[in-house]
Amino acid sequence: MKTFRGATAIAFLLAGLAGWSGCAAMEQVSKVGTSVAQSAGVVTGEQAKSINRSTAAIAKTQEDFTPEQEYYIGRSVGAVIVNRYKPYPDPQANGYLNLLGQTLAQASDRPETFGGYHFLILDSDEINAFAAPGGLIFVSRGMLRCCKSEDAVAAVLAHEIGHIQLRHGIQSIEKSRQTQALTILATEGAKNFGGKELSDLTKTFEGSINDITSTLINNGYSRSFEQQADVAAVNTLSRVGYNPNALVAMLREMEKRLKPGGLDFAKTHPSPGSRIKDIGSISGSAPLAEPLARHERFRKALGSI
Amino acid sequence: MKRPYSASTVFLLVFLTASATAGDAAKMMSVQVRQGEVRATPYFLGKIIATLSYGDRVEVLGSKEAWFRVSARGKGVTGWMHSSALSEKRIVLKAGGRDAEVAASGGELALAGKGFNADVEAEFKARNRNIDFSWIDRMQAMNVPPERIAAFLREGGLLPAQGGGK
Repeated sequence: MKTFRGATAIAFLLAGLAGWSGCAAMEQVSKVGTSVAQSAGVVTGEQAKSINRSTAAIAKTQEDFTPEQEYYIGRSVGAVIVNRYKPYPDPQANGYLNLLGQTLAQASDRPETFGGYHFLILDSDEINAFAAPGGLIFVSRGMLRCCKSEDAVAAVLAHEIGHIQLRHGIQSIEKSRQTQALTILATEGAKNFGGKELSDLTKTFEGSINDITSTLINNGYSRSFEQQADVAAVNTLSRVGYNPNALVAMLREMEKRLKPGGLDFAKTHPSPGSRIKDIGSISGSAPLAEPLARHERFRKALGSI
Repeated sequence: MKRPYSASTVFLLVFLTASATAGDAAKMMSVQVRQGEVRATPYFLGKIIATLSYGDRVEVLGSKEAWFRVSARGKGVTGWMHSSALSEKRIVLKAGGRDAEVAASGGELALAGKGFNADVEAEFKARNRNIDFSWIDRMQAMNVPPERIAAFLREGGLLPAQGGGK
């Protein structure tokens, strides 16, 4: 009798909490709840495990892709991008981009990722830049030609670092696919994957890569994601001592060069004008001149890009 | 008849249990990046005194902004790590293997080596032979040592990144 009532109370508690709490909170509550129930002898250890397991599967979000999984997703997304646009193999230009980019990444809100931040120039006249999850960033020659200073290149890179820091790429994986992947994992115990599971998981992986690359290359992120990345960029730039207005200057130059109806940034990003309006209030109005040494090294590395 | 536990008693029990666990034990975290650098000061340009591996456990001794002062027991290492390199989840690795194994299911364990991993990537490559990964591998080898970043900041008249993010 007592046990039965106790169980009812706990079921009531769990059901009630599930009604209003967020997913992560629900997982936490369910875990505590089941451990209380278990110690009161209401449910067996096996049942408790199964409840926790299924709640965990429901509560999973993109945050549950570990940095390690994000790393593997990013490698394949990057490979698709670098096969579509060819790499620009100039060691001096790429070396400079990595020096600048890794300096900025350290000042971002997410300086460390599983495999670190790495940058590569794409040999394309299109005005474009891509951030693959986990820290692989690609910038086209066309985009770099819009940059008239190191501060402007820094602005482009800081914006892409913003997308990585905010995990925008991972969030463009279809929800159903995220659930699929995590369900395969949730039902999995300690044993290794067999052939069928590996094959299922690879299909889900392929789908996820496709979701992300088609967002990056064809559809673009929402305006609010772009705004968030611009805000992150302004913060990072200020922390390192770059002029956040360089982002505005770069957007103005881009506006001049973008062809309406083009397949590049024009298609996947809000218009430079609307971005400038959004950034205007947060970047202040410091003058644009950069110190001579800074400008010289920019000119040397990217002057003839 | 003795009155059974009411819903409010259960509530109380839940919260007491939760707060007791939070207060007592030393706070442990896991390294969630491939190379977890431990620095002498809470600062990216600080001297790197040790490198921990993915899944290594550290005890948190204190914090400053986004940095944790940590100690890796058994390795005799105490220093600072940036919070983005650490996870509250325990990451269990299979003994002796590069690939990892989950010891139990449940939210407190990260699925190290599980899910999208090297095996899945290999299978993906086998199905998409036209996609070449060699430039991705070359990109990942492009690393900049801290001294070069320090010089880059100094020469460009920029600020050293105190604390790194947040």
